[in-house]
Amino acid sequence: MSAQPRLVEVRRKVMNQNDLLARALRERFREAGVYVVSLVSSPGSGKTTFLERSLTALRPLCRVAAIVGDLATDNDAARLARSQVPVRQITTGAVCHLDAAMIEGAIAGWDLDELDILFIENVGNLVCPSSYDLGEDLRMTLVSVTEGEDKPLKYPTIFNSADVAVITKVDLAEAAEFDASAANKNIQSVRPGMPVLRVSAKTGEGMDELLRFLASRVAESRPGGAGNQLALRIDERLRT
Amino acid sequence: MHELSIALSIIELAAEEAERRGAVRIDAVHLKLGDMSGVAPESLLFSYDLACEGTPLEGSSLVIEKVPVMVYCAACSIDTNPPSIQSLCCPVCETPTPQVTRGKEIEVVALEIRT
Repeated sequence: MSAQPRLVEVRRKVMNQNDLLARALRERFREAGVYVVSLVSSPGSGKTTFLERSLTALRPLCRVAAIVGDLATDNDAARLARSQVPVRQITTGAVCHLDAAMIEGAIAGWDLDELDILFIENVGNLVCPSSYDLGEDLRMTLVSVTEGEDKPLKYPTIFNSADVAVITKVDLAEAAEFDASAANKNIQSVRPGMPVLRVSAKTGEGMDELLRFLASRVAESRPGGAGNQLALRIDERLRT
Repeated sequence: MHELSIALSIIELAAEEAERRGAVRIDAVHLKLGDMSGVAPESLLFSYDLACEGTPLEGSSLVIEKVPVMVYCAACSIDTNPPSIQSLCCPVCETPTPQVTRGKEIEVVALEIRT
């Protein structure tokens, strides 16, 4: 046997398996008419409180559910259960991100036709989740006012992979001497044109705008029946 | 640290390709890695050596070719390198552009094998 070294060309995407599965999930979500929103942020930026507030606000208006990823505990799922919507927990063990296969496992047995909006809360991490498509329609990156305005410059990849940035804990903005225009400038620098929303899940400030934003995205992406109806219901609710 | 998962995927994929070509040994795996792939080259190299142990790729090396980020500037109609990954704009006309055309890839492009 000759054991001559040779160079052979291969062209294979390493993330292909996850990407294919995510594409299949996206197709399933679309067919079932469920709009999927994923949340990414660093630990402690308020994802769970934000999600609890969003679920509670959306529950009277549409059929909403959540999947939450956590390294070791089911504390978040227990907190979210208070919002009285279906919640499923993914405990990742040592794994620092969710992937498409975990989402596929988590939705097993759920009748997706019975849902309008599904939230996926990723593990608190601003690095690893950026490489993994979960089949979501909208990726939200959350950053709290206590984290510093330069967070987008430190983690450009995750901000670039997102569709919308949400600045959380704005009730603490003054105490944290948060410079909103600098934060916005940095976000626009790593992801030109990205919408930026400002909320306080504690006081409710900015939540109406957030619901309006979600409604318009759902209507855009699920035109006809469910999307437009949801947008109308949210609009009506906010006007009263 | 998701580099270990990525390293395992690279090894699985490379082993499959090498076997299909009747390789008796794999000397190296060549990888294109975008600057905006979310993967740190140093961590990946470290994870790769660990993950190779006990596999047909034990003793092989991972050769990383870094791919700089490119963006498309609609105003100038060109693909170009932005000033930095933190500043996605056209270096010529300074128009911000969200259209990243290169720099997100994680792709095995070649193998050095012995048959």
